Amino acid sequence: MIPNQRTATTALTPEAIVSSHTTAQAPVAEYALGLGDDALILAQRLGEWIANAPELEEDVALGNIGLDLLGHARSLLSYAGSAWGKSEDDLAYFRCEPEFRCRQLFEQPNGDFAQTIARQLIASVYFGELYRALQASDDPILAAIAAKAAKELAYHLDHSVQWLRRLGLGTEVSHERMQRGIDAMWPFVGELFSPDRYADAAPGIAVDPASLRDAFDALVPGLIADAGLEVPQVPFARGGGRDGIHSEALGPLLAEMQVLAREHPGASW
Amino acid sequence: MVTVMTDLETIARPKPVGGVEREVWELAATVLDPEVPVLTIEDLGVLRGVSVADDRVAVQITPTYSGCPAVDAMRDDIVSALHGGGYDDVTVSVVLAPAWTTDWMSEAGRDKLSEYGIAPPARREPGGAVRLGLGIQCPHCGSLHTREVSHFGSTSCKSLYVCQRCQEPFDHFKEH
Repeated sequence: MIPNQRTATTALTPEAIVSSHTTAQAPVAEYALGLGDDALILAQRLGEWIANAPELEEDVALGNIGLDLLGHARSLLSYAGSAWGKSEDDLAYFRCEPEFRCRQLFEQPNGDFAQTIARQLIASVYFGELYRALQASDDPILAAIAAKAAKELAYHLDHSVQWLRRLGLGTEVSHERMQRGIDAMWPFVGELFSPDRYADAAPGIAVDPASLRDAFDALVPGLIADAGLEVPQVPFARGGGRDGIHSEALGPLLAEMQVLAREHPGASW
Repeated sequence: MVTVMTDLETIARPKPVGGVEREVWELAATVLDPEVPVLTIEDLGVLRGVSVADDRVAVQITPTYSGCPAVDAMRDDIVSALHGGGYDDVTVSVVLAPAWTTDWMSEAGRDKLSEYGIAPPARREPGGAVRLGLGIQCPHCGSLHTREVSHFGSTSCKSLYVCQRCQEPFDHFKEH
């Protein structure tokens, strides 16, 4: 059953979605799966920084940001899974690489800290604009997940902008590494705004990725310039994440993320 | 002004007016946040509603942040508090809309946080002027001469500060 109007009591966490027997209609589920994969894969990447960041505060900051993203992923995947009788864990642990739909930016390796900040800057602006727009979705559950997420994304953006400036305007070395990080991540920007056939199939519910481009362009190049850095002139990567086409970075990430669940299927805490 | 505050209080703590539902609310309201164990879930504005039909009790809570891991512990604690009160059939569901905000934290909750050594969130006046932060007050010595060390702290809802006067580090429950 799909609730047909937004109410103040829409059930939304993974457990609540399951226990309310709310099921997503197929096109909504297909769309939510892609969004959930974006958040899940980036959360997994950020988790790699824990106990490994330049300072303890950054372990905590990147861990917290990853935890927020994991929260978004859990809601989105649980909702998507409701259409197919699958749990969030079924979707996270028991799909193979070509079945994942994350855009390629989110699976890119952490690189050095500056490269992670570059990826976070792009991702935070993109997610922020996406969730802002998705709050107007005709689907009440997606709208509510987005309303919750949008508030959290403001912190994520603040974190990346602070580091962008600190590194860009810092020492010669930090400046150079920050520029290198942006150069490495910029090829993956174009894909974020390229057509998504799952969004096309859910008009009124999904956000058209192309509609987010203007807001991104109005913000990010200015932030980069303010940090004394340059927007690189580089061709875009081929993309295709939504269709299951990925860079070589995703496979090893999935192997690590999925190994425990696959060795011990059904295990719980 | 009084009207505005009352409305906010009604949204923050939608207490049933009486009867068995009020009893259930009062029991559920004793559950503490496992990560800030001086605040009840009622103080936080996390307790969102109760309903009783026949002998079945349904309680609704909302997470502070999407990834908040304390939700599972709160759910278990609510179930056990209600079992203790003689309610056997209890379901706790989690709602995300409307999204939680620190504006829902009770005045008593803010005071308890200060005493516990966590600087409470500033209250925003609904519909009124935006209050500019002139400094987060150190919960140890009361100085406003403090510095944010990290916007992210030991849990999603806190940031990390240090007092420039007494040199003590402290957590700040950040406005959200």
